[in-house]
Amino acid sequence: MVKITTYRLRILILVFLLIALTSFALLVGRYPTAGVSNPRKLLHDPLLAQIVLNVRLPRVLLALTGGASLATAGFVFQMLFANPLVEPGFLGISQGAAFGAASAITLWGFSPLIIQLSATFFGLTALIASYYLAKRFRFGGWILRLVLSGIAVGAVFSAGLSIIKLIAAPTTSLQDITFWMMGGLWNTTWKTALSVMPVMWLALLGLFAVRWRINLLSLDERTAHSIGIAVNREKSLLLFVATVATTAIISVAGLIGWVGLIIPHLARRLFGSDSRFALPGSMLLGALFLLASDTLGRSLLSSEIPLGVLTSLVGALLFMVILTRRQTEVKL
Amino acid sequence: MKCAYRLKGVTYTYPTREKPAVLNLDLCIPEGKTTALLGPNSAGKSTIMDLLLRWRKPEEGSITLFDEPLPDYNKKRLGRTVSLVPQEESSRFSFSVLEYVLFGRSPYLHQLQSPSAIDVEIAYEAMGKVGIDPIAQRPVTTLSGGEHQLVLLARALAQQPRVLLLDEPTSSLDPGNTAKVINILRQLSQQGITLFLTTHDPSVAAECAQYVAMISKSELLFSGPMEEALTNTLLSSLYETPMETFQHGQRLVVTRI
Repeated sequence: MVKITTYRLRILILVFLLIALTSFALLVGRYPTAGVSNPRKLLHDPLLAQIVLNVRLPRVLLALTGGASLATAGFVFQMLFANPLVEPGFLGISQGAAFGAASAITLWGFSPLIIQLSATFFGLTALIASYYLAKRFRFGGWILRLVLSGIAVGAVFSAGLSIIKLIAAPTTSLQDITFWMMGGLWNTTWKTALSVMPVMWLALLGLFAVRWRINLLSLDERTAHSIGIAVNREKSLLLFVATVATTAIISVAGLIGWVGLIIPHLARRLFGSDSRFALPGSMLLGALFLLASDTLGRSLLSSEIPLGVLTSLVGALLFMVILTRRQTEVKL
Repeated sequence: MKCAYRLKGVTYTYPTREKPAVLNLDLCIPEGKTTALLGPNSAGKSTIMDLLLRWRKPEEGSITLFDEPLPDYNKKRLGRTVSLVPQEESSRFSFSVLEYVLFGRSPYLHQLQSPSAIDVEIAYEAMGKVGIDPIAQRPVTTLSGGEHQLVLLARALAQQPRVLLLDEPTSSLDPGNTAKVINILRQLSQQGITLFLTTHDPSVAAECAQYVAMISKSELLFSGPMEEALTNTLLSSLYETPMETFQHGQRLVVTRI
């Protein structure tokens, strides 16, 4: 009971931090001067109000939703594959989604809905391919096999992406692909944000609703069956939902790595392994992490630092720290 | 004698193999008693366990559970009737013992439900039965082999089953922990739960089972009361090596000569 009270308190603290960071992110920028604006100015400066409402607000909301989606999807993948070393990038999903998005841009131009559908289709294809390849590998334990097959499938899609870039029209499609590949939210408008956020909200709501059950799916499949779980059906459904949440943010923001790997580890440190708390913990921490990275990326220097670069840098450093610490929340 | 499970002419062959793993098996697992399934390695013991769990389906024959065909049970009802203590299971994630035992409440909860205070009470009761309530908050990744086996047993009891299936429950335990588990199994049997355990060690069967089934090379060699099963002739034929039984006080001891 003491533990549950502590977890609830930590969730509350994270919610408070999220509100504080969101307010800060809305007020920080380069207009009217570089730095943080006084909230009172919003009432007197219509242009500032317009910028906050139409430029910063959709971007902040997309960062929050996208961060929560990447982290929650990463958490779900780790639980369902009983493998604390996986995230969408490690399973080839991100590369598959990138390939799908680039193909759609080359074939049909820059249309968000088609890019999203194509990214989701190829993301799912990569996931299924990684899973079955790992099952057929003849050496190594499950964790190693899944990571290796993810690397192999990811490499195939990366090679496919390079071929698409070679054949894409240099003045139109190639520019769009390159721009999209850099990753980031600078292009966010209400239109792009609203084209993907409802999908992610639905996915997050669904995963939140079944959070305790996700624990059960981390068990050995025969054991899960013995406690009344329809293992294949439930796993497939949850993997689909988590993949859709991941590809939705990838389709508008490009590749944003490491969030899905590192945030679930942090969440387990703060909330233990039970998904009842670790899953909402991942959601909140992911939202905080991506919003903080995006806000830092757009306000630190006069030119914007790509979001994917920042998350990879911070994520990889945190990963090294976590794996070298003696006490871990997982058994590798 | 009323049967909890009744198997009639059950045959199962693995898709990758030619020879059946279980051939034309007829077996009654008596209700409220402890039955041990004895057999050498790869005799088909684990396959029978899978068939009883409905993890595998027989290609021929039928299985009934409390006089109802096994396929007629839905997943939740089956999870409330039968529970499993697997031979080996490890978690990558450091759930607490209580959280792990609570997983056994799953057949009583719908998809969107989390365990309630009543479920926690039932989990504590199950942990109490096997004596692990003092370690309820310890992470399962830090437990010894013996403690882990008791956690699996407590989780199976949290399912409040009528039948408890135990896959080699003592094979990885030292003599002290083996004695502990056997004592717990005896107590559970006295409470009226049907127990069915596989073991390759006849001494375990001698200590806790009233009935014994013997399987050799995919076929049933014998099934009946423990005293009739654990004889020098039957055991020697089962393991294809000379075996001897002798009485030590109240206990029947089996040894290889």
